[in-house]
Amino acid sequence: MSQWIDICPQDDVVPGSGVCAQLGDAQVAVFRTGQDQFYAVGNHDPLGGANVLSRGLIAEVKGTLTVASPLYKHHYCLRTGQCLQDEQVQLPVYPVRVQDGLVQLAC
Amino acid sequence: MSELTAKQRIVVVGNGMVGHKLIDALSAQDQFEIITFSEESRLAYDRVQLTKFFETGDANTLALTDETQYQQAGVQYQLNARVTGIDRQGKTVQLESGDSLSYDKLVLATGSFPFIPPVPGKDQPHIHPYRTIEDLEAIQDSAQQSKVGVVIGGGLLGLEAANALKTLGLETHVVEFAPRLMAVQLDGGGGALLREKIEALGVRVHTEKNTQNIAPHPDSDAPTRYQLQFADGTTLDTDMLVFSAGIRPQDALARQADLAIGERGGIVIDDHCVTSDPEIYAIGECALWQGRIFGLVAPGYTMAKVAAQHLQGQQDSAFTGADMSTKLKLLGVEVASIGDAHGNSEGSLSYSFTDEATGVYKKLVVDEDGTKLLGAVLVGDSSDYGNWLQLCLNDIPLPQPPEALLFPAAAEGGAAPAMGVDMLPDSAQICSCHDVTKGDLIASIEEGCHDLAELKACTKAGTGCGGCSALVGDVLNSQLAKMGLEVNTDLCEHFGHSRTELYEMVRVKELRTFDAVLRACGKGEHGCEICKPAVGSMLASHWNDHILDPAHLQLQDTNDNFLANMQKDGTYSIVPRVPGGEITPDKLIVLGEIAKEYNLYTKITGGQRIDLFGAQLHQLPPIWQKLVEAGFETGHAYGKALRTVKSCVGSTWCRYGVQDSTGMAIAIEERYRGVRSPHKVKMAVSGCTRECAEAQSKDFGVIATENGWNLYVCGNGGMRPRHADLFATDLDDATLIQYIDRILMFYVHTADRLQRTSVWMENLEGGLAHLQQVVIEDSLGLCAELEAQMAHLVDTYECEWKKTLEDPQKLKRFSHFINSDQPDAAVQFIPERGQIRPAPKTEFSQEQRIDVLEVSS
Repeated sequence: MSQWIDICPQDDVVPGSGVCAQLGDAQVAVFRTGQDQFYAVGNHDPLGGANVLSRGLIAEVKGTLTVASPLYKHHYCLRTGQCLQDEQVQLPVYPVRVQDGLVQLAC
Repeated sequence: MSELTAKQRIVVVGNGMVGHKLIDALSAQDQFEIITFSEESRLAYDRVQLTKFFETGDANTLALTDETQYQQAGVQYQLNARVTGIDRQGKTVQLESGDSLSYDKLVLATGSFPFIPPVPGKDQPHIHPYRTIEDLEAIQDSAQQSKVGVVIGGGLLGLEAANALKTLGLETHVVEFAPRLMAVQLDGGGGALLREKIEALGVRVHTEKNTQNIAPHPDSDAPTRYQLQFADGTTLDTDMLVFSAGIRPQDALARQADLAIGERGGIVIDDHCVTSDPEIYAIGECALWQGRIFGLVAPGYTMAKVAAQHLQGQQDSAFTGADMSTKLKLLGVEVASIGDAHGNSEGSLSYSFTDEATGVYKKLVVDEDGTKLLGAVLVGDSSDYGNWLQLCLNDIPLPQPPEALLFPAAAEGGAAPAMGVDMLPDSAQICSCHDVTKGDLIASIEEGCHDLAELKACTKAGTGCGGCSALVGDVLNSQLAKMGLEVNTDLCEHFGHSRTELYEMVRVKELRTFDAVLRACGKGEHGCEICKPAVGSMLASHWNDHILDPAHLQLQDTNDNFLANMQKDGTYSIVPRVPGGEITPDKLIVLGEIAKEYNLYTKITGGQRIDLFGAQLHQLPPIWQKLVEAGFETGHAYGKALRTVKSCVGSTWCRYGVQDSTGMAIAIEERYRGVRSPHKVKMAVSGCTRECAEAQSKDFGVIATENGWNLYVCGNGGMRPRHADLFATDLDDATLIQYIDRILMFYVHTADRLQRTSVWMENLEGGLAHLQQVVIEDSLGLCAELEAQMAHLVDTYECEWKKTLEDPQKLKRFSHFINSDQPDAAVQFIPERGQIRPAPKTEFSQEQRIDVLEVSS
């Protein structure tokens, strides 16, 4: 059974942007859309080779909600972690929720 | 042609535009050894653009080639070398130096010389022809010792010479023998309007004047040097004279070698440009074809091409005459003449239209059925030239009634009568400067040139006089549509509008946030990495709110997002602004101390400032705190905005500087810092024509002159270098700033996303001339708004870093983890040459290539 970990107040994530959370040894990119939905995927961009995805732009590509990596603009699906440009590449995804005004990740 | 065993030696006498064109065509062929002789002291230059010399003061800008290019192409050349004789039996040429040289084939490209009528007094000082750069240098010298100048000859070249004298600050007169200006090209109505317009510019025109004597001024106390005495008894006082009374073919060498010569001069050639000696060719203005001399460069180029093909054994290539239609801008007045402008053809009819309010004259000459265009004259507005020329050259049936061509707005629906490029045959010549046909353009488009800039670069079409640019664009659009590749100018899948359209909507509907723009003009809920930064930039350049305000934060691309430049390992580089590249020792020390404290890699940039690399997210605020305290501001190296204004030290220190270029660069940099634009913008100011700040490779380049500043626009270095265009000359400080305000803001309004000014200019309909009309003459009535908008941006400028440091909420984001103070453990450095560098990534092999989806740096 997974355990929910408090990350930060919801207001620390500006709508339409992302932050990076430390979850054990993992780095997790947490995004909040303009409509206040939350998503969490791995922060490491495997194609760019750096821990930067939380600093990417949220981008809707043909109906799929993605993050565009700030390094070379590869798109990763926020729901599945799938890279749209390379089907071999997929990010880990994490359960995320908001409880009592706090963003929480499961580990 | 005979079988070739060794390289055939081609000797080309004359290295003007046409001679060079031939060499250019032949040097690609390995079978020839090419040797050329020029009487002039420099290799081929653009004589058509000769007056530019007075604007730039630099002969090199006119060069068509240089010694390195010739050396690389294996072309041998001798400058200041006069060929004095031809031995046709021995097949050798003799040089003034006494040397002689054998040839297999000889090409005479000796051009023409200016005709100076045998007027008494013509050999006195300060009386010049108008033909070579040396002539121009002499004119410039005389002008410095003169107040009044007269040009004899009111033809095309004469009016250019008058423009030159006016540019040099003289009271300028034009004296013409005929009853009107440009008598060859224009009819009475066109000539009269041209005269009116030119006189309005302050140039005095005297027609029907036959100059009989150039006398020293009879009154020794008179302020002028000479007095011109005309046949009708009138006189005109002047200090200097320029003769532009036509040209004569330079055929002396051919005469002496007993080649066939026309009755009134000119070396007789056949359709292959071969003279009466089958081993000798003649091309350009020295050649006489079917009794005609062609005094324009385009027919000369065609002859060069025909001769080059014939030399290579292509017997079927032939010169078949040339269209002498011209379009040009004289003293700022547009003038064009097509075909039979005078209506000399039997049974021809003409229609004309004069608009005295705006100063436009148009005349059509049609055949007796009114179905074909035979000729035309345009003065004041030559925008119809391209279409009309094609109608005339291709015998395209005219719309009925033919006079509808004169009044396109009155035609159905207000649209111009249908004269689509689709009606043109593939053989139609679209660009006469570079002889590019519609078929050539289509072939390039089919090979993959799908945008205008690319098509111009690969075919050269539209890169000569530029008159055919709009037509080239029409061919492109029509062909793309036929290939099912209609040009899609949509910004992205969320906005069915171009950036220009969207910008107008933001402005008119007063939209202030991305969400409002998306709701009003787009679709979907989120936008993407293309439209978000593009809209962010529009909002910033219109409203100038802080880009990290909560409503705008989500729009900022990689670098704007944290006001620094992300590097490959996720760390950032920091570039404080150093206006004009001027920096105090104290500030340099601060930069050094900060770099040392945070162990940053330091490098001098190409834009005269200092880049500090390897800063991590959490280090950015404390570093900037120190920088701001030391008086630094953000340098916007991360933004699509003004980057730097590079400068030389100018007249303050330099022995050659004529203006304070550093001071001007600082003023310009401080004015436009922070202005968001469709792409980055670079500027430079040079203190003299030596151009040490390399201003001609910048989006905006300013070069000091004795009288003020020359403004160059839309240059670029980088991936696709482009020399900037000279926009205006000898501007005072206030006008310079006013023009930059207007151009920069017009670019912000109308460019595509991530379109540099160079590509913007190449795609701008009407090109440089259009931009000059918009900015200098305010042809669109936009200037007041453009200036007001720029004033708003200048007045509301704030350093983005200073504001960010004042706002704890904004600073929260500057930490690698939202829930920990730890830095990113994956960021590792190793030493190299005494500084840090990112550690190589072990999990990736060196060979792994990264597929870059978009580079927007």
